[in-house]
Amino acid sequence: MTATTFDDARPVSASPGLTREEAGFARRELNRRRLRAFALVIPLLVFISFAFFAPIATMLHRSVYNPTVVQLIPDTLAKLQSWDGEGRPDDSVLTAMAVDLKRLANNRTSGKLGEALNRGLPGTSSAVKATARKLRQVDDATLAADGAALLLGANDKWASVELWRNVRKTGRTYSDRYFLTALDLERNAEGDVQTREAAQIYVQLYTKTMRIALIITILTMLLGYPLAFVLANAPARTASLLMVMVLLPFWTSLLVRTTAWIALLQTNGVINSVLMGVGVIGEPLEMLFTEFATIVAMTHILLPFMVLPLYSVMKGIDRSYMRAALSLGSSPIPAFIRIYFPMTVPGLSAGALLVFIISVGYYITPALVGGTDGQMISNIIAFHMQQSNNWELAAALGALLLVLIIALYWIYDLLVGADNIKLA
Amino acid sequence: MQRFPDYFNFSHKAGVYALRLTAGAVLFFLMMPILVIIPLSFNSEPFFTFTEGMLSFEASAYSLRWYRAILENPNWMLAIRNSFIIGFFATIVATSLGTLAAVGLASPEMPFKRVITALLLSPMIVPLIIIAAGMFFFYTRFNLVGTFTGLIIAHAALGVPFVIVTVTATLTGFDHSLFKAGLSLGANPLRVFRDVVLPLIRPGVISGGLFAFVTSFDEVVLVLFLAGPDQRTIPRQMFSGLREQINPTILAVATLLVFVSVLLLLSLELLRRRSERLRGV
Repeated sequence: MTATTFDDARPVSASPGLTREEAGFARRELNRRRLRAFALVIPLLVFISFAFFAPIATMLHRSVYNPTVVQLIPDTLAKLQSWDGEGRPDDSVLTAMAVDLKRLANNRTSGKLGEALNRGLPGTSSAVKATARKLRQVDDATLAADGAALLLGANDKWASVELWRNVRKTGRTYSDRYFLTALDLERNAEGDVQTREAAQIYVQLYTKTMRIALIITILTMLLGYPLAFVLANAPARTASLLMVMVLLPFWTSLLVRTTAWIALLQTNGVINSVLMGVGVIGEPLEMLFTEFATIVAMTHILLPFMVLPLYSVMKGIDRSYMRAALSLGSSPIPAFIRIYFPMTVPGLSAGALLVFIISVGYYITPALVGGTDGQMISNIIAFHMQQSNNWELAAALGALLLVLIIALYWIYDLLVGADNIKLA
Repeated sequence: MQRFPDYFNFSHKAGVYALRLTAGAVLFFLMMPILVIIPLSFNSEPFFTFTEGMLSFEASAYSLRWYRAILENPNWMLAIRNSFIIGFFATIVATSLGTLAAVGLASPEMPFKRVITALLLSPMIVPLIIIAAGMFFFYTRFNLVGTFTGLIIAHAALGVPFVIVTVTATLTGFDHSLFKAGLSLGANPLRVFRDVVLPLIRPGVISGGLFAFVTSFDEVVLVLFLAGPDQRTIPRQMFSGLREQINPTILAVATLLVFVSVLLLLSLELLRRRSERLRGV
């Protein structure tokens, strides 16, 4: 502990040398400078709020907000409010549904309703579409008078309690059910949360994503550590030449590197040709479109993120520590483990967290080289956004991924400090 | 031959060579994929692999046909143009806003510095697929999906963290009394910024701009979600090419992009040296 000097210890307001007036002036001046510094940041904060934070907030909102069904059949849902959930709802509800369905059939939106209801109860979609098609022919007066009977006549599924429970469930504007789906859970008839009985895929996918990310992190450590060590201890000239070989891949387009791996790994690609030419294998290995391809290509792409922080830490380590240990008779391995390695842990943990964070959310490379078993969580989010159009589920899966990333970023900030991110 | 210290025994020396060998192998792993695509792009056959003729260096096995194919294909030409347009404007937005903010953040009186820095750097950490989904939901409300404006805003947001990081780095060790000196000599803050601060941090600003440009130039996930057919960019075109019909045109484009990265690396190195000279390091 160093002695605190008198100057450091005194607070501004109580400074014996300053009058009350002077202290007030100093405070105002400090506030003015704070405001000036803050004013410089405001334009960017406004821009980022619109361009980045508002979209993220919208996505989070979307994961619990599902307006589709309410917008499609508002009258039916209003009437369904008074239903007790036991037995077939009364005829007014059925009539309202019949009227709503005719309107949807005329707007050509009955398919949308079918799709939304089908997610809660498979098999509903065809009933909705077939009924809507039939009711389209009926005139409004008959429908208002006899809607319930017509609905039941069109498809007997409308008599099932389960179907109406599903209508009421999917009709809620706000619900946690997409989060439950994303966690492979569901609510049973009593409203208790339980493990989903149908296919459980998402928890497994998260686990798999984390496993792949962990393998990539370990591989980049194993490959990056010796490389960073040699770079940090090479003579300056050699080091800068070798550094180019790390930085060039780092700066090369992601798609270029992914393309290269496709050329290398495909069935009649470079690696198979070489291995067959040498005679190691008789027939080509299937390497592209596998989890192996995802791991290899991503390790290649993320390796510089490991090498660069390790290099900057190793560069700062005084060589005389190792020299002292070795000249005192220690073997290289114990000297390395007890002297050198502990000093490189900050760089290693920074690199590992960075690689892990980036690989958990990776999309492009798995999409192009991963085939079906090399897909990660990002790919399934993209699938629900673009192909199955289940945007709420995509948003819920994304929200969970975001929570994971924020937790990791927080750890990174604690260990390394976010403002210590350096770029080559 | 390398000279080792006297206390080095055989296992020490073997260790050093084993390390170098491993490092060499890792460097090979890093560089080989990039080097392989360059000769492959001169293939005269529509294959993604070396033909017999190429291996025996027959002149007829090599050709420039895939480079010609780029020039003749209007989709690629449009993609190249779009990539430059979007990259250019996204860089301008990210660099100007980011530089101002970095100057504010570097001031010792900046309130909430840690929180604001973490917030401004977060676009770098959040997975692109999440950003893309969110932007798709939000930008639709403002009719920004399928427009150049939407993509420029999106890419500028991604580029901002890089500008903040590089400019902040050049500002460490910046003497704030220079700013006060300018003010006390009667110049207004804007003029002090333009004539005193900016020349000193220019290398950081330019390399931040380069980072922002590359980020936009290389970005494909947001483009997949936000771009219409008129906004196809080079990476988008490569992505669909790799998914649909793989042909060596992609390798030719990839080779050109490798040369772009070489140029970029060179200019960053020159900027770094200049910055060190300016700061008197």
